[in-house]
Amino acid sequence: MQSYLMRRLATLPVMLLGISIISFTLLNLAPGDPADILLRLQNPGTEPPRAAVLEYRRELGLDDPLTWRYGRWLVQALMGDLGDSYRTGRPVALELAQRLPATLLLTSASLALAVGVGLPLGVLAAVWRGSLVDGASRLLGLLGAAVPGYVLALLLILLFAVKLHWLPAIGHGGLQHLVLPALALATGSAAQVMRLTRASMLEALDQDYVRTARAKGLGETAVVLGHALKNALLPSVTIIGLSLGHLLGGAVIIETIFGWPGAGKLAVDAIFLRDYPIIQGFVLYMALVFLLVNLLVDLSYRWLDPRLHFGRQKG
Amino acid sequence: MAPLWQRGVGGIPPRRQRAPSLLLRDPASMLGLGIVLVTVAGASLAPWLATHDPTAVNLEQRLLGPSGQHLLGTDHLGRDELSRLLYGARTTLGAALVVLAVVMGIAFTLGTISGYFGGWVDSVLMGLVDLLLAFPGLVLAVAIAGTLGPGLLNLLVALAAVWWAGYARLVRGMVLAARQREYVEAARAMGASPLRIMVTHIWPNILGPVVVLVTLDLGWIVLGISGLSFLGLGAQPPTPEWGAMLNDARPFLQTAPRLLLAPGAAMVLIVLGFNLLGDGLRDLLDPRLRRL
Repeated sequence: MQSYLMRRLATLPVMLLGISIISFTLLNLAPGDPADILLRLQNPGTEPPRAAVLEYRRELGLDDPLTWRYGRWLVQALMGDLGDSYRTGRPVALELAQRLPATLLLTSASLALAVGVGLPLGVLAAVWRGSLVDGASRLLGLLGAAVPGYVLALLLILLFAVKLHWLPAIGHGGLQHLVLPALALATGSAAQVMRLTRASMLEALDQDYVRTARAKGLGETAVVLGHALKNALLPSVTIIGLSLGHLLGGAVIIETIFGWPGAGKLAVDAIFLRDYPIIQGFVLYMALVFLLVNLLVDLSYRWLDPRLHFGRQKG
Repeated sequence: MAPLWQRGVGGIPPRRQRAPSLLLRDPASMLGLGIVLVTVAGASLAPWLATHDPTAVNLEQRLLGPSGQHLLGTDHLGRDELSRLLYGARTTLGAALVVLAVVMGIAFTLGTISGYFGGWVDSVLMGLVDLLLAFPGLVLAVAIAGTLGPGLLNLLVALAAVWWAGYARLVRGMVLAARQREYVEAARAMGASPLRIMVTHIWPNILGPVVVLVTLDLGWIVLGISGLSFLGLGAQPPTPEWGAMLNDARPFLQTAPRLLLAPGAAMVLIVLGFNLLGDGLRDLLDPRLRRL
């Protein structure tokens, strides 16, 4: 376990370096000369003179070789400096830090909803296979996976905000603002978790150790929860890490629809304002969150399944 | 039992005869196939089926309800909703096919090179794959499309750039397995060049399973395209596209909810169709899962 942990942690800096290279490339892919853009911002309404742009380019170090610029950017990024927003002139790290909590709140609420609904539903569907519950869950699973989050979001707004006036359509604040966006974001993942849990539960219930547990007279609840579920849980844990990727991506769209002041909305706004440093910082942050959560998931997976850990030691 | 595509010739009836008939007997897969075929037919026959020019603006006829002349009514610019829906299917599905083709091209080329040659080439390519998979796909796609600027072509580039990685790894794994097989050994003994072995011997043997796995993913690709178009990053007005149509419908949620319901239902149906079909095909490939 420890050697695995060490190896996994050792690859982390390599991945981070790779992510930073992609992120840096992204910024350099952006059309337009940053010096020109920044000068226009500092003196609104005027065309910056060519000489001033060239001078500013030198000042910003844009004429240096690419590798040199990447090195300098990396050192600054490591110290938490991701440059300034073209639009507001404030540090990108600050802008993102202010918006990140809202995104994390939305995605974790959705994740909790997806697991809280998908997991029990999947277990029940497998235990009562062929029943009405199973049929309804499978239908929900199929529909949930097929309805795009933003279509569901608009339908929810139409029903609960426009027609029934039960919940607010946009904004941020109390719990009532969280309900609709979290629901819209969670449904696809809930369907995925449900389908996977059902499948692995069905497989687990078919195993010899479940028959043994039944044969020695254990109650059905103990068999299902103590024996089958424990083993069926493993694949579901992995899907949680993957779901997070979908949730972070989906949050970009959902936040925009609901006017949720998260990092996703900030990034989409930045796209249309051509505020490239914000877009770059956003990708970097999201990749970090995704990487760290998947590391945790991976570690918990090893912890849940001792077979993996022993197999590795022998090999 | 080994997956269908890995089973040997001897003793087992040829799968090419069995697989389709099994699929035909599965009502869910047939429903999926039906939905996909109807949508593809609607998209390809759009010029003949559409009653109006999908981009013809008529401000005197804006936001009309369904009628004999406009079966699904008109949108906020007086354009015929049904015609836009049909042409929109062209844009969305066509874009999905382009992404698919590019993704397959990259995945097969790089995956084969990686799996066949191994060594440092393999390490570098799979390192890149790991790296791309460390990003949440849609987030990176949004960032790339956003940096390149709004437009359908840029959207396709962005999606292909993030989507190929998983398939390259898949192809690599299958090439690695295929390399050990006797037919590759035989081809090599006969003096075939690596390129020839890869293209004429290995590819035909792994193409089927990969294509099937991709079908599972087509629904996701459609969701990605229309999701980014919904944000305004994809098809630009007046091009009809389902995601963009949904975005156009947002201000009229209260007055004309049908503008949301028509493209919304179309999206749900086509993704459902791809998912049902993909599930059926996957069960065929992995018989262990069939009973589920």
